[in-house]
Amino acid sequence: MTDSSAKTLQDLLSGKGIEQVDVWVGKYPEERKRAAIIPIMSIVQEEYGYLTQELMDAVADYLTCPKIAAYEVATFYSMFRLKKAGKYVISLCTNVSCMLAGSGDIQKWFKDELGIEPGETTEDGVFTLKEVECMAACGGAPMLEVDKKYHENLDVDKVANLIRELK
Amino acid sequence: MVSVEIDGKKVEAEQGSMIIEVADANGITIPRFCYHKKLSIAANCRMCLVEVDGVKKPLPACATPISDGMVVKTQSDFAQQSQKSVMEFLLINHPLDCPICDQGGECELQDVALEYGNDVSRFSEKKRAVVDEDLGPLIETEMTRCIHCTRCVRFGREVAGIRELGAVGRGEHMEISTFIEQSVDSEVSGNIIDLCPVGALTAKPSRYQARSWEMAQRDSVSPHDCIGANLHVHTLRNRVIRVVPKDNEAVNEVWLADRDRYSYEALEKSERLLKPMLKHNGEWKEVDWETALERTASKLNMTVQTDGAEQVAAIAHPSSTTEEMYLLQKVMRGLGSNNIDHRLRVTDFDWQKFEPLHPELGVDLSDLENLDACLLIGANLRKEQPLASLRVRKATRYGDIASISLYPVYHNFDLKHEIITDAETWLGQLAGITKYLYQHQNDSAKAQWADAMDLEGLEKLLEPITIRDEHREIAEMLLKGEKSSIILGASALEFSYAGHIRLLAKAIANLSGSSYGFFPMGGNSVGAYLAGAIPHRGPAGADVEQDGQHAKDLFEHGKQAYVLLKTEPGKESVIADKARESLENADFVVSMTCHADDEAFEYADVILPVASFLETSGSYVNVNGAWQDFAAAVNAPGEAKPAWKVLRVLGNLLNLKNFDYVSAEDVRKEVKGRLSAVGDRIKPKWQCPESLPRDGFSPRPTNMYQIDGWLRRAPSLQDTALAKGREILKRPRLSPFHNIVGGV
Repeated sequence: MTDSSAKTLQDLLSGKGIEQVDVWVGKYPEERKRAAIIPIMSIVQEEYGYLTQELMDAVADYLTCPKIAAYEVATFYSMFRLKKAGKYVISLCTNVSCMLAGSGDIQKWFKDELGIEPGETTEDGVFTLKEVECMAACGGAPMLEVDKKYHENLDVDKVANLIRELK
Repeated sequence: MVSVEIDGKKVEAEQGSMIIEVADANGITIPRFCYHKKLSIAANCRMCLVEVDGVKKPLPACATPISDGMVVKTQSDFAQQSQKSVMEFLLINHPLDCPICDQGGECELQDVALEYGNDVSRFSEKKRAVVDEDLGPLIETEMTRCIHCTRCVRFGREVAGIRELGAVGRGEHMEISTFIEQSVDSEVSGNIIDLCPVGALTAKPSRYQARSWEMAQRDSVSPHDCIGANLHVHTLRNRVIRVVPKDNEAVNEVWLADRDRYSYEALEKSERLLKPMLKHNGEWKEVDWETALERTASKLNMTVQTDGAEQVAAIAHPSSTTEEMYLLQKVMRGLGSNNIDHRLRVTDFDWQKFEPLHPELGVDLSDLENLDACLLIGANLRKEQPLASLRVRKATRYGDIASISLYPVYHNFDLKHEIITDAETWLGQLAGITKYLYQHQNDSAKAQWADAMDLEGLEKLLEPITIRDEHREIAEMLLKGEKSSIILGASALEFSYAGHIRLLAKAIANLSGSSYGFFPMGGNSVGAYLAGAIPHRGPAGADVEQDGQHAKDLFEHGKQAYVLLKTEPGKESVIADKARESLENADFVVSMTCHADDEAFEYADVILPVASFLETSGSYVNVNGAWQDFAAAVNAPGEAKPAWKVLRVLGNLLNLKNFDYVSAEDVRKEVKGRLSAVGDRIKPKWQCPESLPRDGFSPRPTNMYQIDGWLRRAPSLQDTALAKGREILKRPRLSPFHNIVGGV
């Protein structure tokens, strides 16, 4: 088993993506460039929506680190996705503050109205629900994040409105 | 040094050592799972919590450095309560399947649970289950039992130098895994079985074969390379169940290569030869020992009488014991022939008369890890001496390694300089380094070598050589290193101008103040030299009247009679086809072998069943010249006999003198007795080569699992990606932060 046939990160990413990657790689000394693995995976995920084994392998090779190290990082951090996600990824906080403020009702709403539980995607492929830990917005609990935008002080109606708008 | 008190005992210890190290050194046991003296500190199992006076919280003994006046209590109520709580957590998810677990009876978790565990668990939730991994033919997994100590992960990263296992996911969902479906292909992978404190990783070939408390433990030595790894052989009712390492810091530390660990399988899993066999009118038939040996003796006698003693040849595999080789040469020399050799893979014998008494490494195995600079010439240590490779890897913490090889080699350590050359220019590359070193010596330094080396000749030889940048860099690296070493590996020794390589390497060593040595092929080449299983010297380097012919000549110019000891030259010789042809054309061939499917059935006349390496007593001498003797772990099957006994009887049947040994130890004493009389009779000499030929060739390297009859017949090893040549060759560089224990 040799990996001569494997695609490199340059093959897989757009020119702009590689440019961004190299900015991050350049921040670290050459022999410690694997430190850039998290931002690079984020860039890759931005382009592809999720991380496949091929993409993780390519990242590992690009940073000359063992492939298993890339898998470890990708499976450890909840912001990395290993499966195809919906058009909108909704990160619902269920940590203490949000839980006390009613995140359970919101989670139930997703189940009742959209038929998805945390980790699942709607059948039409539009929404993915993720259960996340505290996102440092306890003052606005309960909260959720869609893509990179926070939505705070929620209740079930507000969530319903938000979803309608997104649709 | 600081003084601390542990459990009321005042002890002195090195500043900076951890509590657990000090406790271990003083015989105080602290329970632990993730801590291992050969691995980095992870402090993730928390089992080793202890009480330290003045600290309100329990501290992990593995990760708490001692300080002067520290008072540690490992058995106080507070400490025990902490340990019990951790144990309770560990047992939340660990299955209680000890009765069907192979680790049962030798399980660290089981032992500790007995002392610290509660009878009844307070947790009634479902235990988590983890999908199993298939890590290949050597390692069985039951990942539900894993307690995430990460010893196996750290072993790959820090010791083996290849990361195959990792901790995937986090929290409750963390799993030790390769993530993608992939076997663990490291050549030292079996060590993670010993490291695993629970039954998550166990040995696949010996699964469900025996319970640990039923087995007897015997000691032995591995025959597969010149390291001589120490083995604990676990046996049950005269069967070898498994092999595990025996700690020996000077030799194998606490590790074993996979081939040392799993080659025992060949004892039972191969077709063993159980009775002497004789070819009669082209048909093989079983005979008794007497008939077989009498035929052998009379045929050998006849050959000597009709064709002369020089028509008789003996070839021993370098994994034969010293005693066997000594007796084999005694038989041969008794018949009047010096035609005996074990160097099946050497092609250049021109300089053998200048060799030292025996091959040597020039540096202690345990010192390999302290080298500041090391130049490897034609060495693929990972495949040739896997355990030496682990040591050299440790040297890269502070030292630099350079390599010159004929083909790209994927080491498990980083190289500072690497030259990949071809057979044509190999000598030129070494000469370039030599020349740089020579030019940068002042006259007084040169004068120091004037006696030992022919400097004029050297100067003339080096005249046309151009020094290239990489030569200069390697030479500078060697000069800079306080402890530096030149080490030759298999492809340098198999090269058709191996003598030239050795002379140039020795010159580089002398001129750079480095030690010089090489790893000879096979497990007991050193023993073979000492026992006299070489054509140009008798036992203990004794002079011979007329040099016999070496292995290559013996096969190239066919002989009338061959005696083969544990070797299949058609698979092992560097001129395998020619060897087979000569054996087929010979008038008489007798082969001492363990195997009923030995290639000797195609060309031999008498085949004698002998005991394998775990079934005979004997000794191996490792590359540092350390004698390691061992007794048989089990009896040989059928009528197979230890080869030394066979040779003793043969000696008697041939009416040779002094063949009345009672035990292998008697033989060993005789060899050692002769050695004590060597003195400085054998002095290695440095001779300047006249030219640097460019027409050298290098034989194809042998697969590391093909080098002897047992490895070729060990089914699990043959099933590995390494044996099939399907391993992933390229090894990514590991992070310099913490990839080697004690590294910077």
